[in-house]
Amino acid sequence: MGQRQYKLVTCTINGKERSAMVDVRASLTDMLRNEYELTSVKKGCEVGECGACNVIINGECFNSCIYLAVWAEGKDIRTLEGLEGPNGELSDIQQAFIDETAIQCGFCSPGFIMTAEEILERNKIYTDDELRKLLSGHLCRCTGYENILRAVKKTMYKRQGLEMPEDLQPNEDFHSTPDVGPYNRLTGETACIKEPRYSR
Amino acid sequence: MLIGKSVPRVDAYDKATGRTKYTDDLCSRKAYIAKIVHSTITHGFVKSIDTSEAEKVPGVVKILTCFDAPEVDFPTAGHPYSNDPSHQDIADRHLLNRHVRYYGDEVAVVVAEDEVSAVQAMRKVKVEYEELPFVLDAQKAMEEGAPVLHDRAPNNCIAHTDIRKGNVEEAIKEPGLICVDGWYETPKVQHCHIENFLCYAYMENGRIVVVASTQIPHIVRRIIGQALSMDWGKIRVIKPYIGGGFGDKQDALYEPLCAWLTTQVGGHCVKLECTREETFTNCRVRHGIRTHIKSYLRPDGTPVARKFECWSNQGAYGSHGHGIAAKGMGVITQLYPCDNVEADAYTVYTNTGVAGAMRGYGIPQAMFAQECHCEDICRKLGLDPLEYRRKFSMPVGFYEPFSKNEQYFDTYNQCLDRAIEVTDYKNKVEAYKNQTGDIRRGIGIALSWYNTATYPISPETSSCRMVMNQDGSVQVQVGETEIGQGADTAYTQMAAETLGFPLHMVNVVSNQDTDVCPFGTGAYASRQTYTAGMGIRTAAEAFKKKILERAFKFTKIQPYLMDIEDGKIVRVTDGRVLMTMQELSLLSLYDKDDSEHLHIETTTSIRSNAYSFGCCIAEVEVDLKMCKCKLVNITNVHDVGTLINPALARAQVHGGMSMGIGFALSEVLLYDEKTGRLLNDNLLDYKLSTFMDHPHLEAQFIENAEPTSAYGTKGLGEPPVNPVAPAIRNAILNATDVACNELPMRPHLLFKRFKEENLI
Repeated sequence: MGQRQYKLVTCTINGKERSAMVDVRASLTDMLRNEYELTSVKKGCEVGECGACNVIINGECFNSCIYLAVWAEGKDIRTLEGLEGPNGELSDIQQAFIDETAIQCGFCSPGFIMTAEEILERNKIYTDDELRKLLSGHLCRCTGYENILRAVKKTMYKRQGLEMPEDLQPNEDFHSTPDVGPYNRLTGETACIKEPRYSR
Repeated sequence: MLIGKSVPRVDAYDKATGRTKYTDDLCSRKAYIAKIVHSTITHGFVKSIDTSEAEKVPGVVKILTCFDAPEVDFPTAGHPYSNDPSHQDIADRHLLNRHVRYYGDEVAVVVAEDEVSAVQAMRKVKVEYEELPFVLDAQKAMEEGAPVLHDRAPNNCIAHTDIRKGNVEEAIKEPGLICVDGWYETPKVQHCHIENFLCYAYMENGRIVVVASTQIPHIVRRIIGQALSMDWGKIRVIKPYIGGGFGDKQDALYEPLCAWLTTQVGGHCVKLECTREETFTNCRVRHGIRTHIKSYLRPDGTPVARKFECWSNQGAYGSHGHGIAAKGMGVITQLYPCDNVEADAYTVYTNTGVAGAMRGYGIPQAMFAQECHCEDICRKLGLDPLEYRRKFSMPVGFYEPFSKNEQYFDTYNQCLDRAIEVTDYKNKVEAYKNQTGDIRRGIGIALSWYNTATYPISPETSSCRMVMNQDGSVQVQVGETEIGQGADTAYTQMAAETLGFPLHMVNVVSNQDTDVCPFGTGAYASRQTYTAGMGIRTAAEAFKKKILERAFKFTKIQPYLMDIEDGKIVRVTDGRVLMTMQELSLLSLYDKDDSEHLHIETTTSIRSNAYSFGCCIAEVEVDLKMCKCKLVNITNVHDVGTLINPALARAQVHGGMSMGIGFALSEVLLYDEKTGRLLNDNLLDYKLSTFMDHPHLEAQFIENAEPTSAYGTKGLGEPPVNPVAPAIRNAILNATDVACNELPMRPHLLFKRFKEENLI
C-alpha cells in the first residue's frame, strides 16, 4: 500500500491562480470537483469515453478524468464556470444552447459547451460533417445531437459575422409572439425561442 | 395562450452555466464510500467469504457480506403499490446474495473512509463459490432440465399471459389463405444515461435519508421500507436533478443497500456510486425478446387470423417482469386489428443482467417484430407497404374495451401523408428500383403505436400542491418528476395557463423530497404531461376559485364577475384591474381578524389513458462489400395531441430517434457463452451512437387534441423510439432485398445475411 503521497499543485483556474495539496494519484476531475467545487465538471465514465468531464487546458480540450491533477502544475485551466460574465451574463455559446433547446438532462452539457468553445475560438467556418467529427468525443443520450449541432453552428456563423445559413433561420410565422420565459432568474432577462424552420 | 409556446426550459440557465446540482454535487466530501464485491461466477452459491486481508486496508470502516445481510425478499420495480397481493411485483431480491444468479451479482460490500481504500479492500475480499450450470437464453431456460434460478419458478417462467380472440383454428380453414411466418429478435441493450446511478444515505433523528438519482422517489421510499423491514415513514428520499434515466432509474437500484449501510455505520453518510461498468452490469437493461408471428391473410392482404408468441429474457431477478412483454403484446391485437388472434407471452429468468423498464417498455421490441412482419407480408403478397398500412392499420373509431382507448382521428393517414411529403418517399421508391452495384440505397417505413400511462393496469393518480407566496407568485409541486425531459417547463406552462398567471409568477419545485412533496408515483409510461396535466388543472381551477372568493372580501365584487389575467384580479364586465396578486396575498395573509394563507392541494384520480401515434421513414445507403449500413435520412412524425412546448417536444423526438438508431444499428449487450460474463460493459465496446452516426433528425407533428386530456396532450417521451429500428430494417430490405430479422444490424449481421443470400 505504502504511504500516500501528496503534492502542491499551482495552476490558473478560470483566470485566477490557485494552489492545493492533492493526492498524486488524483485526476484533474477529482481536484476540480473536490478542491474547488467546480461541479460543472461531470463524471460519466472516468476513463475518457463520454466527454462529460471535458475542460480546456492551455487552449486545448482534455478529458479531465484521465488527466492527472499533478500535470496541471503551471497550466491555464478553464471550466464552464469560467465562461459566464461577472454578473452571470451568458456567453454566446451558452445562450445558443438555451435558444436551440440543446439542453435536456444537462449532464453532458458542460463538457459539450467547453469543446464548442474551443472549436469556436479557432475562428474558422466548418462544414456540418466537420463539426460532427469535432464534437464526436462527447456522448449524449437525450438530444440525438441535433440541437447541439444547431447551437454550435449558429454561434460559429455569428462570431464570424456571417449570414445564417438557410437551415438556421428562425421561422417568423410560427409562435412569433414574444413571450416571457423564466430562464435567467439571476438577471431577470426573459426571452422566447424562435421556432426554427425545418425545411430540407 | 401559454400552451403551445416554445418557451425556454425553466432549468436551462442553470444547466447552461453548470450550476445545477446533481446527486454527487450535493454529497459531503466526508461521506464514507461503499464499494460492492461482485460475483465472479454466473450461477452458484457463496460458500464462504474471507475478509481478513481486506480488513487490514487502512481506512476500511466495515465489510458486510451476504451472511450479514437480512434475508428479506423485496421487489424493485418502480410500479405503484398494489392493494391486491396477486398484482404486487415479484419480491425476489436481497440486499446481498448467497445464491448468485448472474456474473456480477452482489455478494459483499466494503465501506471505507475514501474511495481508494474502498477499492483496494474490495479487491482483497476472497469469495469461495459452489458453481452451478447457467443458462443465458430465455427459451432454453424453459426447457426440461435447465438450471433453476428461483424456487418460485421451477421452469424459470415468471409469467405467461395470453390473448384469445375469435377462433384461429376455425378461421384458418378458409380456402385460399396465405400464411406468412416470421421470427424476430431484439437484444438486451442499456439506457446509458450519462450520469451513472448513485445515491447516498445518512441518518437524521432516527430516520434514514436517502438522496438518489431516481425517477420514482415515493416508490423507492416504499421499497427501502420493505427491504429493511422498517416503517415507510421512517425513510425520506430526496431526488435532485438527474442526469437522465430512460427507465433504468424507474427501479430501486442500490438505494435499499445504501440505506442499510448507513444503519450499519452509526448513521454516518455513505455514498454508493456506480461505475460505468456497474451501470452496464448491475443496473437494468432492456428485455431481449424473441417473437414468432404467423399471419393468415387473404390475397388482398386482409388479416384473417394471427398467431403470436414471444419469449422475454428477464435476466436474473424479477424487476419489472412480465409488464414489458404484456405491454408489447398489445401491439399485436391493436395496431392491425384482426378478428382471430392467439397470442402468448412468456417472461423467463436467465443468468443475465436484470431487465427492467426502458424507454418504450416492450413496444420497441414488439414494434420491430410487427413492422418487419408487416413488410414481409407485403413482399409475399406483392402489396405496396405504404398502401397496406393505410388500409389495415387501426382505423378511425377503433375501440379497445380493456383500456377504453379510442382511435378518434384518421391519424395514421395524416402522419403518413406528412412523412411521405417531407421525405419525397414515392419518388425515392421509384428511384431505388432495380439497383445494381455495391452501393445501394433504400427507403423504409414503420408505424408507431404507444399507450400513454398505465391505467387500468395500475392506478393513475396525480397530486398537486399550489402555495401562494407573499408577492403573489405561486409554488407548484407535483409527484411526477423532472428527469431531463422538460416536465417542469411543461408544468409551468400548464399551471400558468389555467391560473391566468404569467410564467414568471409560477415556480415549479423541481427537486422532490418525500417528506415535503405531495405523493406521486414518478416519471414513467410517458405519463407526465397527461397525468400531471390533469392534476395541475384540477388544482389550478380550484385554486383560482379560492383566490377569487378570497378577493371578494377586499374588492366587494362577486367572484363570478372577476377573473385572473396576467396575474392580476380583473373585473370581467369592463376589464378593470382591481388588484394585483401581491396586494391580495398581503391583505389576505396579514388580515388582523381573518388571516388566510392561500394554498391548495388536490389528488386527481385518473381513469383514462390515450393512444399515441406516429411513423418513421428511414433512408439508408448500404455498402454491400463492407457490410455497412449508413443512415442517410430519417423522419419521425408523431401525433401526441396538442404540443405544450413544440421546441421541447421536438427535442424529445430527436432523443428517441437517436435511441432507436442505436437499437437498430449498433447497440447490443454481449454475454460470453462460456462464462456468462458481460463482455462490453463500457462505452468504448458498447456502441452507443455518436455525433457522427446521426444524420439530420427530422421531427414533425400532427396535432389532434386528445379528447380525454386536460390540455389535449398525451404520451411523447417513449413513442419516438418505437418505429425507428423497423423503418431502418425495411429500408435495408428495400435496398438489398435482404431481410434482417434481428438487431442490431451491424456489419457482423449484414455479413452473415448477405452471405446467406449470395450477395457477397
